[in-house]
Order: sequence, then C-alpha cells, then structure tokens
Amino acid sequence: MSAAPLLEIRDLRAAFPGPHGPVEAVRGIDLMLDAGEVLGVVGESGSGKSVAMMALLQLLPPSAIVSGSARFKGRELVGMPRGEIRQILGQEIGCIFQDPLSAFNPVLTIGDQILEAIRLHDRKISTQDAKRRVLDLLASVSIPQPDRRVDQYPHEFSGGMRQRAMIAMALANNPSLLIADEPTTALDVTVQAQILDLLRQLAAERGIGMVLITHDLGVVAGMARDIAVMYGGRVVETGTADDIFYDTCHPYTRGLIAAMPRLEKITEKLVSIEGTPPSIFDRPAGCSFAPRCKLALPDCRATDPSLRPVHRTSVACLRAEEIVAGTQGAVRAEFEKGAL
Amino acid sequence: MSAVETLRPASPSRARRAWTFVRRLPLTGQIGILILLFWAVTLLTVQFWPLVDPLMMAGRRLQPPSADHWLGTDALGRDVLSRTLHGSTYTIPVALMVVVSAVVIGSALGAAAGYLGGWTDAVIMRAADVTLSFPPILLAMTVAATLGPGLPNAGLAMVIVWWPIYARLMRAQVLEVRTREHVEAAIAGGAGRGRVLVVHILPLCWTPTLINATMDFGQVALLAASLSFIGLGAVPPSPEWGSMISEGAAKFYSWWIAFGPGMAILSVVLATAFLGDGLRDVLDRRGPK
Repeated sequence: MSAAPLLEIRDLRAAFPGPHGPVEAVRGIDLMLDAGEVLGVVGESGSGKSVAMMALLQLLPPSAIVSGSARFKGRELVGMPRGEIRQILGQEIGCIFQDPLSAFNPVLTIGDQILEAIRLHDRKISTQDAKRRVLDLLASVSIPQPDRRVDQYPHEFSGGMRQRAMIAMALANNPSLLIADEPTTALDVTVQAQILDLLRQLAAERGIGMVLITHDLGVVAGMARDIAVMYGGRVVETGTADDIFYDTCHPYTRGLIAAMPRLEKITEKLVSIEGTPPSIFDRPAGCSFAPRCKLALPDCRATDPSLRPVHRTSVACLRAEEIVAGTQGAVRAEFEKGAL
Repeated sequence: MSAVETLRPASPSRARRAWTFVRRLPLTGQIGILILLFWAVTLLTVQFWPLVDPLMMAGRRLQPPSADHWLGTDALGRDVLSRTLHGSTYTIPVALMVVVSAVVIGSALGAAAGYLGGWTDAVIMRAADVTLSFPPILLAMTVAATLGPGLPNAGLAMVIVWWPIYARLMRAQVLEVRTREHVEAAIAGGAGRGRVLVVHILPLCWTPTLINATMDFGQVALLAASLSFIGLGAVPPSPEWGSMISEGAAKFYSWWIAFGPGMAILSVVLATAFLGDGLRDVLDRRGPK
C-alpha cells in the first residue's frame, strides 16, 4: 500500500445537456484501486456506474461535461488530450464490454481484430510475431483450437467463447488496468462462472488491477477485494468485500443483499426493494434513496449525506449508526418485522 | 497466415461463392443477371459480330422487319438491329460511369457529413437538399444544355443530379453504425478517428448503397436516353438508343425504328430493377419482402 494507487478517482462528475440545463449522471464519486487488486462497482441500471467508467476513459459523447479528477499511475485522465489518451486506451487500460457480440466488428475475423489491437499500439511488430501473439492470447483464454478459431467471424463463436476472445483482445497489449463493464451479464450462469474464474486467474497471474462493474452482488462476492455500491450517481457505501457483505449499514446495500436468492432459503419468496431508482431528470432532494427507504426520516429528504466511516465501512446514510446498533425506534421495529 | 491457413478447412473458392450467391437470388434476380450479362457481352464484342455497319446505308429506307433486316431499316436505310446492338456501347458505359461516380462522390460526402457532423454535415446536406429539390430531368436538362450536347456532358449532368441520393443513404448508415458498441469498443482500444471510420464503420454501410446503385443503373440509362431523345445527349449519327427513339418518333408509322432501342432500354431498366430487388431480398433482411 506504500506505492501510489493504480487508479485514483476524486469527485468525478459527469453531466449531459438536458432540456432544462445539464443533468448529472455521476455526482462526485471517489474510488481507489491498487495495482493487482479487484474493485467491484455495484449498482442497479442507471446508478451511474458505467457512465463513470466511460467518463474517465473519455468514451462519452463530446456533449458530456466531465469534471473532477481521475489519476491513472499518477497521470490525470480527465481533460487529457485525445491523442494522449489514445496511447493509454487499449495499451495500458483494457476494456471488456457487456455484450461481446456487438462489441466485435461483425465483418472482421476475431484474429484480425486482435491483430489490429496489437498493431495499433506496436507498429513495428512483424506480421509473423503479431500472429503468433494472437494465437498465444487465444490459447491463454482457453479457446480450444486457436489456430482454427482465429480465422472465424464473431458470429461463429458462442457467447462464452466470444467473451473469452474479448478478454484476449483486452489483454493484447498487457494492460495494467482492466475495466470490465458487466462482463458476464449476457452469458448464462455456468458460462458466467467460467468467465469469472478466467478473469480472476488472468488478473492474478499478470498482476492486473481490475474494475468490475456489475449489478450482481454474487459476481463481485468472490472476485473483489473492495466493493463500492452506487446509487443515484453517487457511491453510497464502500468497504472491503467481507465488510460489505457481513457488516453493511446502508439500507440500500442491506436491501441488495437481502434480495440475493439463497439456496438455504429456497422455500421463501424472493425479496425485492420496492420502487424504482430515481430518474436523473427528477432527482429527489436529500438522499436519493430516501423515497424507497423504509427507515427514511424527514431529515433524509432534506439533506444528502456524504460518505463517512461508520462501523467497518464508509456509508452515506444519516441513520447508519442506528442501523449498526439496530436497537432504536423505527429501526428496531423494522428489524423485528424482519424487513432488514 | 501461412502457418494458420494450412490448418483451416479449405474455404470455397471465390467463383464458387459467387455461384452460391446467385443461386440464393429469386428467379427474377437471376433473369436480371442473365439480361445484364447479355448486354455486357454484346457491348464488349459487338464490333466482331457479323453485322452491317450501323452508320452506313444497308438497304432501302424505312423497310419493315424482314429476313434481311430483322428489325427493319430507318429513315436513312440503316439496319435497326445493328444500330440497337451497337447502341449498348453508348448507353451502358455512360450509365455505369455515372452510377459509379455518383456512388463514390455521394458516399464520400455522405460519410463525411454523418461522421464529422456539425457544420460539415450542415453544408453538405443542405447542398444535397437543394439539388434534390429540382425535378431530376429538369435539372439534368438545364446542366446538359448549359454545357452543350454530347454524352460526356450529359454524364456530368447526371452525376450532379444523382450524388445526393447516395450522400443521404451513406449518411444515414454512418449515423446508425457509429452508435454501435463495436465502434465504442474500437475507440476504447485506442483507434483513431480515421481508422474507426474506415475499418469499423464504412464496411458495414455498403448494403443499401449497393442495392440502390443496382436499381438506379436502369434509371440512369433511361435518363441518358431521355437526354439523347431531346437532343442533349449523344449527337447523331451515333446509334444511341434515346436518339434512335427520337428518330423513330419522327417517323411514327414506321414503328420498328423505335421498337428495337425501346426494347433495349426496357430490358436494361427491368433487369436492374429485378436484380436490385433480388439483392435486397438476400442482403437486407430488415426490409419488407
């Protein structure tokens, strides 16, 4: 922990022009990732997790307004000129997308696309060497018969194989940071487990730091050292994976964990958090989770709490201490009803 | 990929793939290909055929079709069959050149407009709108009349009329494809703007242009003949179809003078429409059948 973090995000904000002035999709998030570690960013659709990552990689449309700071190996990414960030993208930072079918160019073979990824950042490499590297990469992500697969088109690959190829492409230039945006969402569950194993193994072998974006707590559970839970464009709770799972004190995180189906409770009905996330055009004043929160007080609708250390995690909730104690007033009543 | 290719099952040859493609076309599309092939062979080899000189008197004037002159003779005693077949060397190359130029110019401008956006888009597309706001024949006539008669000038006039169609098509395609995820993935991989356009966007944009260009080919041939008909295209005595029909119209009761070139134009327009429709059925699965 002595060296500077691989990625350090401070007060990152991203806004889009709307009909009535800018609309903020990401409202000041702080995240930190050390080399070789995995950071899980968890949240529902629309919580701003993907936008935040795209903002720091400058992948948002030019109309987006990005501010704050995102330092990668000490270099500021926000506001970095396009020509400079191109040297980093695909070279030092690799990206994995949710839908590997649409993330590949349908008219080029898988091999040609990985070849291009290599060539883009290493213009001097000979064709022979580059092709050998493509085959090595495909083999390293456990694609059988890489010498045949290399000449096939994305549509000839199955979903899982495609995602493996996508990982191979992201790793083509030995990046030190991998951003995986819902890497397993488009896959079925058994394949999902294989892909996660592969990611975990590759990241460990090569010492790659990884930001794993997902809406599935189960995905980050076995992967991430640290977890950040996002809601309404902000980080509402961060901590180590264990602390988030066993000692969370944010009502939203508690709701997410309660909503995970469990084998041992198979007879029970599935639990859900009632309501829907707020629209970014019409964000409630105060805490953005308040309208769905069973513990919300009038205060919660007036002030938007900021992250502060409570118990073992950092939480943005006015009543975090009470939740930890679990003993007072409304909180206690809710606990007794079994709602939390 | 020598080391790699040896391990790959032999891929079908180019000719074989073309044949498979032709077999997938509907019957009308196959008929279209046959007609176009006939004209292609004719225009390349007609000078070697045992035909009488299309520019010389071959018999008596205004003879109806007979064993000697299958399609009769015209007002100057020239053989209409010979003139019709020779006519393919005028109309078809002009139509081909016009369509190719219009596709190249229009697609380049349309791709630039769609990809760069902003004022480039505004300038190019307003120019296209202005051009499209004129009835095509009127605009082509005006330009051709200004430049003076002759097939090259008529061709230029037609390119000016036709490029905006391809500019619009290409722009719409680029706008659609540029938002796809693989484009974003390419940018995330560090590809530059030019590379993204050429490698990741344009190769996915050609289908509608190809289909439209095929269908337009017949339309352009028709417009070329129309310009010749009113005296703004080919100059007499060239056996151009449009001017031949014009001569036939002057001798209305000798119907056979216009019949040959008329059927020739009809066959080309019909063949390209058939083929274009067939291509759309095979290539563009989104459109209505």
